[in-house]
This record gives sequence, C-alpha cells and structure tokens, in this order.
Amino acid sequence: MFTKEGVARVAERHQEWDKLLAKRLEKAPERLERFSTISDEEIKNIYTPEDIKDLDYDKDLGFPGQFPYTRGVQASMHRGRLWTMRQFAGMGGAEDTNARFHYLMDHGETGLSTAFDMPTLMGYDSDSPMSLGEVGKCGVAIDTIADMEILFEGIPMDKVTTSMTINPPAAILLAMYIATAEKKGVSRDKIGGTIQNDMLKEFIAQKTFMLPPEPSMRIITDTVEFCTKEVPRWNSISISGYHIREAGSTAVQELAFTLADGIGYVQACVERGLNVDDFAPRLSYFFNAHVDFFEEVAKYRAARRMWARIMRDRFGAKDPKSMLLRFHTQTAGCSLTAQQPYNNVVRTAYQALSSVLGGTQSLHTNSLDETLSLPTEHAVMIALRTQQIIGEEIGVTNTIDPLAGSYFVESLTDEMEKKAMDYIQKIDDMGGILKAIDVGFPQKEIADAAFNYQRQIDECEKTIVGVNKYRMDETIKVDLLTIDPVVEKRQCQRLAKVKAERDAAKVESCLNAIESAARGTDNLMPHLIEAVKSYVSVQEVCDCWRKVYGRHTDPGMF
Amino acid sequence: MSENKIKVLIAKPGLDGHDRGAKIIARGLRDAGFEVVYTGLHQTPEEIVATAIQEDVNVVGISSLAGAHMYLFPRIIELLTEKGADDIPVFGGGIIPEDDIPVLKKAGIKAIFTPGSPVSETVEWIRENVN
Repeated sequence: MFTKEGVARVAERHQEWDKLLAKRLEKAPERLERFSTISDEEIKNIYTPEDIKDLDYDKDLGFPGQFPYTRGVQASMHRGRLWTMRQFAGMGGAEDTNARFHYLMDHGETGLSTAFDMPTLMGYDSDSPMSLGEVGKCGVAIDTIADMEILFEGIPMDKVTTSMTINPPAAILLAMYIATAEKKGVSRDKIGGTIQNDMLKEFIAQKTFMLPPEPSMRIITDTVEFCTKEVPRWNSISISGYHIREAGSTAVQELAFTLADGIGYVQACVERGLNVDDFAPRLSYFFNAHVDFFEEVAKYRAARRMWARIMRDRFGAKDPKSMLLRFHTQTAGCSLTAQQPYNNVVRTAYQALSSVLGGTQSLHTNSLDETLSLPTEHAVMIALRTQQIIGEEIGVTNTIDPLAGSYFVESLTDEMEKKAMDYIQKIDDMGGILKAIDVGFPQKEIADAAFNYQRQIDECEKTIVGVNKYRMDETIKVDLLTIDPVVEKRQCQRLAKVKAERDAAKVESCLNAIESAARGTDNLMPHLIEAVKSYVSVQEVCDCWRKVYGRHTDPGMF
Repeated sequence: MSENKIKVLIAKPGLDGHDRGAKIIARGLRDAGFEVVYTGLHQTPEEIVATAIQEDVNVVGISSLAGAHMYLFPRIIELLTEKGADDIPVFGGGIIPEDDIPVLKKAGIKAIFTPGSPVSETVEWIRENVN
C-alpha cells in the first residue's frame, strides 16, 4: 500500500522521533516498564507504515463481502442490517424462560438464545440423583418435548431464529426444536437457528462432556449431514472460542484452537463423504469479546481472513459462502467483577464495541450481575440497551470496518494470524485436533496462560479495577435473581406425568431404534425426531448412548 | 518430602465444568509447598468424601460456579460428619453470592473465597487454620 521510498522516508522520520522521545523519557519515564495486551503480547509505543509495508490491500484486505473477507462477510455489513441482538437466557422451568424470552423480544431483542441447566447440558433428567440441587439453576430444565412446547409458546418459530447452547445432547434438542415447530405447522425447512454442537471445545475448555471424542464426532457429523439435507437454514455447529477464552486462554490461543476445531469438523464431514460446499456455509463461529479492545478487533479480522484461506486452499471450497466466517460474540463473563459490580456495565460496553467494530453478526452483552447469578430483568435490560446505544446512537455503524488501515490494528491482525497459524501447524504435526486433545496440548496451553494471568493479577502487573487496584471497603449490593426450589419439584412432577401418560411400547421401540442406529451407521437424527415426538426424555436417549459408547471422564490434570 | 506436609484435596462437585479456578488453586497450593490431590470434574458429594478419607487429606477445597453450591457444599459436610471425618476442614470457592456465605458457614464450610481473591489468601488461610 506504500511505496518503498515512502516507507524509507517514514523510517527516517521514525529515527528522528526516537531521539526526541529519548530526551523526553530522560525527564519523565514511561508509566510501565513493559506495555502488553491482556494476553501478554508486547505492544510497541507507536506503529507506522513500516509495520504494514508488506500488506497488500487486494490480497490481504479486499472489500466487505469479498475474499478474504477481512473487512466483513457481507457487502453492506451493519449499514444494511445491525447484528442480531441475542441475549443468552434460561432459568428455572420452561415457563420462566418463556416469560423472559417474551420480555426481551418486547424490548427490541431480535433473536433468541437458550441457556439450559446443568442436568440438561449433561444429559440427565430433572429427577436423576445426579441433578440434585442443579435443576433450573444456571439455565432452563428441559426433560421432554412437553417442556420444549412451553418454552416456545407464542414464539413465531418461522420468523425468529433461536440459538441453543447445548453440546452432548445437541442432536436431541435439535430434534425437539424441529418436532415442536412441526407441531405448530412450521416445516423444518422454514426454521432457522443454531445448536452449539461443538464437542471439541468441550474437551478442550468447557468440560461439559459425556461421550468419548470419537462417538461425539460421529453424532455431530450426523447432525451436519441431516441439516444439510433437511434443515437448510440451521447452523449445525457453532464453533466456539468463547469457552476456550473463559478458561483462561490468550486471544491467539482462542483464535488458533477454535479454527483448529473448525478444521477438525470440516475434515470429519468430508471424510463422511459430504461435499464441502454443501455443508460449510452452515458452519458458524462464536467468539469471546474480552477487555483488550484492539486485540479483540484484530482477532475477529484475522479469524475471517484465516478461515477464508483455509476453506479455499486446504479444503478446496468453491462456493464463497463456504469461506465466510460468520460469528456470534459474547462479552467476557470472566472479566466481570463481583466487587463494585456497576463497573461491569462499562466493561461490557467496551467489549461489545470491539465486537461491533470487528464485524460481528450476533451479540450477547453480559449483565452487570452475571458474575454473581443469572441476570435480573433490570440488569438484562441495561445489557440490551448497551447494544442498542452502540448500534443506533454513537455513530460507529455509519461506515464499514472503520479501524481498517490503522497501522496498529493491521499490524496486530497480521501478528495474530501468524501466531495462530503456527499453533495450527503444530496441531497438524501432532496428527490433528483429536490427537492434540488426547495428549492434552490445548488444555495445557490454556491452563498455563490462565495461571500466568492470575500471577500477573496477584502481583499487580495487570490491573482489574476494584479488585487489585482502587478497592473499596464498603460492599455495593445489587439485587440478585434466585431460583425457587419449587422449580425442581414442579419439573419432576411434570416429567412423572409425561412418563405416566406416554405410550410405553412406543418409547421402547424408539429407544431400540436409536440404539441400533448408534451401533450401526444409520443417521441418528430421524430416529431422534421420532423419539422426542413420543416423549422420550433427554436422559433416556443419553443413557442409551452412554451404554453404547461409554463415558468420557476428566483426567483431572492441573 | 517432609512428614508433616499439609495434604489438600481440591474437588469439583456436581455437573459444572468450570475448572479454571480449581486448577489455578491446585497449582498455586502445590507451588506453595502443599501436597495437592485434584479430583477432576463431575464428582458426586459421596465420591468427594470417599476420596478425602481414602487420601487421608488435612483439608478439602470445593469449587462451584453453576449455582448448586447451596445443595452440594452442605451435603459434603453432612457426609463427612456421617463418616466421622468432620475434623477435616472444608473451604469453598466460586460464584457464591454474598448472602449465601453466612448460610454456608453455618452449615460448616470454614471459609469461602470468591473471584478476585488472590491465591495467596487461600495459602495463608490453610497455613493458619490447618495443622
């Protein structure tokens, strides 16, 4: 983008400036010995055309909606349509969460996102001994389609898209969503949404795992194959860096391990015999928006460019849609503090802004109280309003990719791409992501980064306002949402009633069909849809899978 | 290894998979010179108590970030008492709303460390409270 002579002139001026600066620093040194991002990447005092002298606009940036999509996946980006404002919501029983869905939509939310409770996430029903004390606590309890019908009551399933954060039982919940829509007269080709369905990051970071990696991949591949043919508007996997980052990774690790997971899924589907351009357009991504503003913007821009090149060059994709890295963002839960909780509103706003400037397609902004409990209505409203202010008040959506061309941001984007590609190469050398997970490579890298960051906080090398600096003695209290213990009772009663009223013989034949498909190669999805329509529960299917495939347990490394 | 090295069990009860804090504490305590056993994830209270007794630990640390602490933490104390092992002090950590802390302490949890507590605080607490 610059002439050789131009860069040489800048280099001369830079030398002059260095002298000027040296004089200044003799009198007054810099505030810190070393300036670095939250990921501990050292940052220089100034960036100039020298840092991006090899950047090729045509090859490395392009225009929005054009390869390599660094500047955005759609031509019109947020001038055309703002991102989907999608608040992650779920608590208590289906009726409680349905009320929250309506509340959010009444106040301008444009998409739904469902949080399930731990038993549902781990494949247990509310009446299991494993579920004691956990029903409805960190999300909504779903046992059978009877709950699902209540959850989506009054929701136009042909108009609103729904994201479901669910992993080991993702195929079952997708089956329930399809069946619920069909009962309402909405055919499966009309529904739109996302299941997270990303087990690789569960093994790496979030640890909501149930089956060993190989059968987990098989079930995921079944869902991708099924959606490609029958649910064309569904995002079959939301390849997630969010949890990798929450577990303590650096930004580069989030980028690298997430894209390495993406490569793992594409590879598995290609090996199944699917044509890459048939399924890849429905893969989507999910990233964290952490507190280091520019590092985050650079991360999203690098992610788009890397994925476009990986899909074209590594997998031979021809359809531009296969090369698009579309992503949802959630602001960083782990950055919120219980101390002086109103500061969380400010943190979340900056984080959300980085994802908007980074070109997100969908966004969840955390509520100020989410470090303590599920959000209250009041807190979630501020979080939603934060997005609306960014989208419609402060002018940042007037032009596309406004940080492009910044010497710093472009240089950081390049650096992150290079470092992430080095990680991906290392994983390839190990024999792919499943092998790398098996030897604990990404897990160990993340644990090391998390430990390093904690040390920096403990030693006040990095600042968390209100925690290791600017502390206050008095405690600021906020109202918290609590889950009534009656939820567990009500949920168990509903499940008992469903089990008593359903056709037991039909349930048994459905479970037999699932077991035989699980042991063989039949796609599981049609069997699951049939089963959930017959009121087979989440745990009944998962128990069947646990019987066939065994369980995955945590080796407990630290 | 000295004879009287304090042995700590770090445990993750329930279905919650958030192990970042538990692992940082486990590592930090090991670095501070304690002998550390980590259960790994998804342990029932029964399993945790059995491990504590079998490993003959001096203190147990439990972590929960998914809202089930009001059931799981007291349940562990209850089981330790049933097994006659209530001389093992138990501390907890994670996402614990402030109003829950006195209730948990009353149930027998000796200390609660919430996000923002430096690792050194737990180290000091163990040194002062565990023989």
